[in-house]
Amino acid sequence: MSDSQIRLPLDAWHRDRGARMVPFAGYSMPVQYEGIIAEHRWTRESAGLFDVSHMGQILAFGRDLETALERVLPADLGVLKDGRLRYSLLLNAEGGIIDDLMVTRRGDHFYLVVNAGTRERDLQHLNRKLPGVAFDHMKEQALLALQGPKAGRVLSRIVADVEKLSFMSGGMFTLSGVPAWISRSGYTGEDGFEISVPAREVEAIAELLVAHDEVKPIGLGARDSLRLEAGLPLYGHDLDEATTPVAAGLAFAISKRRREEGGFPGFERIRRELDEGSIVTRVGLAVEGRQPVREGALVVDEEGSEIGKVTSGGFSPSLEFPIAMAYVPVAMAGPGTDVRLIQRGKIFTSRVVPMPFVPHRYHRTGAAQ
Amino acid sequence: MSLYFTKEHEWIRVDGDVATVGITDYAQSQLGDVVFVEVPAKDTQLSKGAEAAVVESVKAASDVYAPVSGKVLEGNAALVDDPSLANSDPEGGGWFFKLLLSDNHELSELMSAEDYKAYCDSL
Repeated sequence: MSDSQIRLPLDAWHRDRGARMVPFAGYSMPVQYEGIIAEHRWTRESAGLFDVSHMGQILAFGRDLETALERVLPADLGVLKDGRLRYSLLLNAEGGIIDDLMVTRRGDHFYLVVNAGTRERDLQHLNRKLPGVAFDHMKEQALLALQGPKAGRVLSRIVADVEKLSFMSGGMFTLSGVPAWISRSGYTGEDGFEISVPAREVEAIAELLVAHDEVKPIGLGARDSLRLEAGLPLYGHDLDEATTPVAAGLAFAISKRRREEGGFPGFERIRRELDEGSIVTRVGLAVEGRQPVREGALVVDEEGSEIGKVTSGGFSPSLEFPIAMAYVPVAMAGPGTDVRLIQRGKIFTSRVVPMPFVPHRYHRTGAAQ
Repeated sequence: MSLYFTKEHEWIRVDGDVATVGITDYAQSQLGDVVFVEVPAKDTQLSKGAEAAVVESVKAASDVYAPVSGKVLEGNAALVDDPSLANSDPEGGGWFFKLLLSDNHELSELMSAEDYKAYCDSL
């Protein structure tokens, strides 16, 4: 193990459980315990516990906070109710994506969860753009995710009211005597919860959760295969600073009012793409055969010229065939279109399929469908 | 019948002129769940050290090299059909291919079971 990696609060707990640790975004993290495929299937069938403490949890305080944050996020924060989460993007002046994140209104402040690898860059961007806002990176806070069809029943044995949460909403709860911010959200496509607790309490909470038969610890390997099946992009792979929201299929993250009014970086370029479309677009591919086609493979035309690229790919444990996300020319984006790929000199056939590859099973209630 | 190992975590079982090649238990455990295997076609000529087969796990693709030179007699069709055999029975039913050896002297460059174990312990 490289000793230059930062250890998570649950580091010893992972190792005790037989985790294989790998470096990820500067952290030493569990890639698997019993095996990626087994962990993946467990999450889809029962409940998986993920340590996502590497992600950046940031509090934003200040006056005119909404107005300020809207200068960097293309979200309509005015309609974001207390306790509600929204998926959003940090954008650069060219309309490229600096990071994708979750923003939550929590009473007198906002709570952001950003990617581990981009956290420092995000904080620099936020502080530079919004000097009047105080951004507090919650260094002593851990984050767990409990995901799967049985997550709700397990968590509600410990915290009765948690079942009342609908998808993309959260609240402060007391979890075994520990103050916990719990939201109904996640990165697997399943119903599930993200649980933010002080780092010094996280081991007891993790122990409490895995004590239930329905729960097993799940590593990063399965986290990646789950989100891929769910059609969810991964920053640094499917999204980067050269990718725009329209191309990435994330125009939904730009709220209706903001599309008209602008006031966020990259608005000109994004407005143009909303009107005229982008040149390439992110699609899902079902790959023929059994060999995975992975990030870095090229999308080629009949002459073998590069016309796009694969940004994520791997074997789908739920579907039992290889799947991928790729950027292709918009004319090829229709479901059923044949897409030719080249990886390490070998040609692969694939076809465009709608995403998510595996249907989402979020716990939506009432009008929020 | 003799058993040899390589630093690339392949084993090779030699019976007369015929060698059976696979990946070791150490290798399969490092790889994780194997989801795809490609084995060489019958009659393929392989030089020692050449890429002979492909083994892919959920996370990554890996090459399997020919530990010695020879002509491929057979690739393991059962393994191609069920790549998980590489995990469940790496040193038995999960064999990758069989070779007709072209140069027995190359065997002297390979590790014994003892040496391989010591090598793995050092990693």
